[in-house]
Amino acid sequence: MNSGMSLIVRTVTRLVYGLALVFGFYVIMHGHLTPGGGFQGGAVVASAFALLLVAFGAAGIKGRLNHHLLQTLEEIGALAFLALGFVGIGTAFFYNLLANSGSLFGGPVPLGPNAGVFNAGGTLPLMNWAVGLKVMTGIAAIVIAMLIGARKEETE
Amino acid sequence: MTALTNHAPVLLIAIPLLGAFAVPLIGKLGRQARNTFVGLIALITAAFAGLLAAHIFGQAGAPSLYVLGGHQGFGIPLPSGLSVPIRIILEVDGMGAFMALITALIMLTGAFFSFSYWKERSGGTLFYSLLMLLTAGIFGMELTGDMFNFFVFLEITSIAACGLIGFRVWLKTSQEAGFKVMALYTLSGLFVLLAVGLLYGQYGGLNIAYLASALTGSTIDIVALGLLLTGLALKAGAVPLHMWAPDAYGEAPAPMSAVLVANSQASLYGLFRILFTLFGLTISVGALGWILIVLALLTIFVGVTMALIQNDIKRLIAYSAVSQIGYMLLGVGVGLAVSAAKPDFGFVAMQGGIFHMLNDAACIGLLFFVSGVIIRATGTRDLNRMGGLAHSMKWTSVLFIIGAFALAGVPPFNGFASKFLIYEASFKLSPFLAVIAILSSILLLAVFVKVFQAAFLGAKQEGIGGEVPMGMMVPMVALALVVIVFGLFPGFFVDKIVTPAANALWYGRDAYIGLVLGGG
Repeated sequence: MNSGMSLIVRTVTRLVYGLALVFGFYVIMHGHLTPGGGFQGGAVVASAFALLLVAFGAAGIKGRLNHHLLQTLEEIGALAFLALGFVGIGTAFFYNLLANSGSLFGGPVPLGPNAGVFNAGGTLPLMNWAVGLKVMTGIAAIVIAMLIGARKEETE
Repeated sequence: MTALTNHAPVLLIAIPLLGAFAVPLIGKLGRQARNTFVGLIALITAAFAGLLAAHIFGQAGAPSLYVLGGHQGFGIPLPSGLSVPIRIILEVDGMGAFMALITALIMLTGAFFSFSYWKERSGGTLFYSLLMLLTAGIFGMELTGDMFNFFVFLEITSIAACGLIGFRVWLKTSQEAGFKVMALYTLSGLFVLLAVGLLYGQYGGLNIAYLASALTGSTIDIVALGLLLTGLALKAGAVPLHMWAPDAYGEAPAPMSAVLVANSQASLYGLFRILFTLFGLTISVGALGWILIVLALLTIFVGVTMALIQNDIKRLIAYSAVSQIGYMLLGVGVGLAVSAAKPDFGFVAMQGGIFHMLNDAACIGLLFFVSGVIIRATGTRDLNRMGGLAHSMKWTSVLFIIGAFALAGVPPFNGFASKFLIYEASFKLSPFLAVIAILSSILLLAVFVKVFQAAFLGAKQEGIGGEVPMGMMVPMVALALVVIVFGLFPGFFVDKIVTPAANALWYGRDAYIGLVLGGG
């Protein structure tokens, strides 16, 4: 069980893993333009991690996904989200300070129907990244914790 | 200072949330750094609660609005001239500020009590993280002006509370209680979500003030009200939906039992907010008031009689806590039943019920802390196997007497002040109500005489240490001071903070709506 699954599954995982990561990061990155966002993209990335765990087993990925590192990253993601909320406190909590500022993600948004401007949205894309980081590491940490729990029960 | 006051509502939610996520990181630096950080966060949060309360009670409980993420108001004006309220808002009035004070008091004393309580145990870091998360959720429920956000914060408190109740995973009973509470809290959350969905489907808005102005009292509104009433009564632990409460309060670590009571009170607050501000007179308040009164009498009576037969000290205090929820429901239920005609005694009943929330939080918190001290000293929760603690713990036994007398409504403690208002006003509606309430208070005194006799009196036992450390003594003394001061000068506090809170529910509906939608 812990040594992972069959050669077919592992080969497919090798192929799909990168695609899943790219798709997850795309969903996070375009969260302010297309359906999805930090939570959904983070869940997609975490599912790629879960795929690795299922295909290669806990032994196979030993050391590459560190439980403590994931937890730390999760907390950093949450703190970054809150920090972005505090950035606008001069006006109001969660005030979008970067919108229309001309700097990073501060591009102007044209009126009317358009294809979507990537360089717009102000703090929203950054918040998506913060939430994405929290969700991908959080769910990965939960999956690993459950795997450790299951392994303990097996050995008992 | 004004800037801080203006931002106080959102900071009350954001700062504990910041604490919740930063505690695990700071915890890596060691126990001392973590405790300092938690203490600092707790103090800052309490200071903001005080600041907010001073501001709101300074304007006699009139509501204040905080709009997240924008400065140009929160409506989007349409060409037709109508304005659709879409932004996330926090709306604080006398009642919300009053509840924030209660939460701050219990959170602060609970956090400081925990520092000594967890000294000899490991795993405290996640405990503080959950405590901060629970605090943020409770503040959110009390300050939000949006039905959906109310549901979100309700779920945050549910998740954090389940974590705290089942925190001692090495105990089977703790796991069981955590699971039970998780199932029932989820049920309560789903009831509320369904009700919010029904309201949204009808009126296309989630803002409490907007919904209140649009409500027509249709059948679907009544269904939504029924769902909200059931869900929140379940979360508040009112009989017959109290089955989780003894397990939850009993199995949670002692300082957290007090915070869980504050959590139940926040649900009760939500219920009152929905009944008075959201629905107001669009429904037949008389019948609804009597439903609350029947729930209240059941809660009082069942809570006290169940407490009488317990031999486990934590469960005994847990059942007493359940019975106290009944007194709050009774006061506000009497007020609601007559709120169409608005006679004077209805307002007195509201004052009593609301004042009792604060009083109950202080004395039940004190009793839970003392129970934690007793369990720590004797290593058992069974009343038959403890005794003689008064020999070595003189101050703790005095504190226990203060808490017990206050809870049973013995003058000159604070429980008497609020219960007397409730007795007086409910007698005006029906003498039968007052009889049950007084009888149950007397039974409650009998309950605590039994505990005092079992735990503190009797021959000195071997192996019991001396008085509790300073870190646990200070929070207990602080709560005892609240109990005594509020008992000695009830008139002052009723005037300054309880009346604005009761006003906000009783008369404040138009002001609450008007602040958001203009006019009014």
